[in-house]
Amino acid sequence: MADRQTIDARGAFCPGPLMEMIAALKLVAVGDEIEVLSSDKGSSADIPEWVAKVGHEMVGITDHEGHWSLVVRKLK
Amino acid sequence: MAKNVLIVGGGMGGTIVANGMARQLVDELRTGAVSITMIGNTERHLYQPGLLYIPFGRIRESELYRDQRSILDRRIVFHSDPAKQIDVDSSRVVCESGNSYSYDYLVIATGSRLMPETIPGLTEGAHCFYDLPGARKMRTALEEFRGGKVVVNVNAPHKCPVAPLEVTFMLYDYFKGKGLLDKTEVTYTYPVGRVHGLENVANWAKPEFERLGIRYETFFNTKEVNPKEKTVSSEEGVTLPYDLLVTIPPHQGQQVIEDSGLGKGGWVPTDPKTLRRDGSKNVFVIGDTTNIPISKAGSTAHFEADTLVDNLVSLLQHDHWARNYDGKVYCFVETGLKTGTYIWFNYETPPNPSPPSQMIHWFKLAYNRLYWMSARGLL
Repeated sequence: MADRQTIDARGAFCPGPLMEMIAALKLVAVGDEIEVLSSDKGSSADIPEWVAKVGHEMVGITDHEGHWSLVVRKLK
Repeated sequence: MAKNVLIVGGGMGGTIVANGMARQLVDELRTGAVSITMIGNTERHLYQPGLLYIPFGRIRESELYRDQRSILDRRIVFHSDPAKQIDVDSSRVVCESGNSYSYDYLVIATGSRLMPETIPGLTEGAHCFYDLPGARKMRTALEEFRGGKVVVNVNAPHKCPVAPLEVTFMLYDYFKGKGLLDKTEVTYTYPVGRVHGLENVANWAKPEFERLGIRYETFFNTKEVNPKEKTVSSEEGVTLPYDLLVTIPPHQGQQVIEDSGLGKGGWVPTDPKTLRRDGSKNVFVIGDTTNIPISKAGSTAHFEADTLVDNLVSLLQHDHWARNYDGKVYCFVETGLKTGTYIWFNYETPPNPSPPSQMIHWFKLAYNRLYWMSARGLL
């Protein structure tokens, strides 16, 4: 069973949700998931774009009205 | 019973907490009702933001250091004895000497460390000014540089998020001053899809880069450096040639945090407002050591420390919580060798850089000296 770690980056201006996710992915095993909670609308576009570039898997994006939940699975 | 406050870490955050508490607990320290003990890794205190100026010959090395004991209130007990194990279940910290210390309140302020070795070739191929040997080596490389491709390579996570921009603008001015601009191409790489994590800072820096002819490559997470071929490659599939590579390497928290089972990567799960370690009532965490998703910077540690001083003093004197940390961060930003700007923000307010000026640059230079008053809890 893969682990899932949640980062609550709501209201975090610096370094920002994507940077937090990149840092967290370095510390988890292949197959594990990172969930980022973000109130930054830009992250709901940036994170899927980066995940596609690097070759991880976008598991899901959920709009919670006021913040987004973005789940990424590490593939390599 | 005397209450023991134990501070692990003698950097900016730990030192401000120790001195700030000592200044407010005069009677308690005199009567022995409270003791303050600090455990540090070194006898010397380093003003880390000053390292930025070393490669450009803009600060004397002697300005970067003070004897740790000389900046601590004399009533604080200081041991230069690195912590080896932090046991929050038995409220005890064991040090490398074998000595151990119990506490009623623990402050973890162990900071972060540079981890260039996590990227193949980075240590061998790149210059890094985040420690003194690296800053000296970069100074020599700049003195010998006669033009070519310069890459400023930023990795996640790292402390002092504005330093990569600062060193890029300072390099531009340095090359301009040496008449090397027409023979030099500067490229800045950044891990996310804009040139800085802070959107407003990125919106300000991007046109500045374009105005100065500084190239940038976003979505660049370093995969490897080939020092023989002089190339740096990203996870995203981009390879850049370089003649001079300056890196801000990825960071991790300290080994003692991992060895003590307090947090993956050396980052301690921490409440963003109370600064309490998750699951502990009497363990507080400040500075780079927390996993709070805000800047890892001296300024963050400073404002967290101010909050923590108020809370620990209030808890010791009145068993009462004083106030929450509001996420405040204030950073000067050098925009060259002669101008600067600043940003401040908190959990509610985004930053908005003011127009760069010589005056703010001078303020930053002044703060480089005033820092020692901050560390003493006076500013």
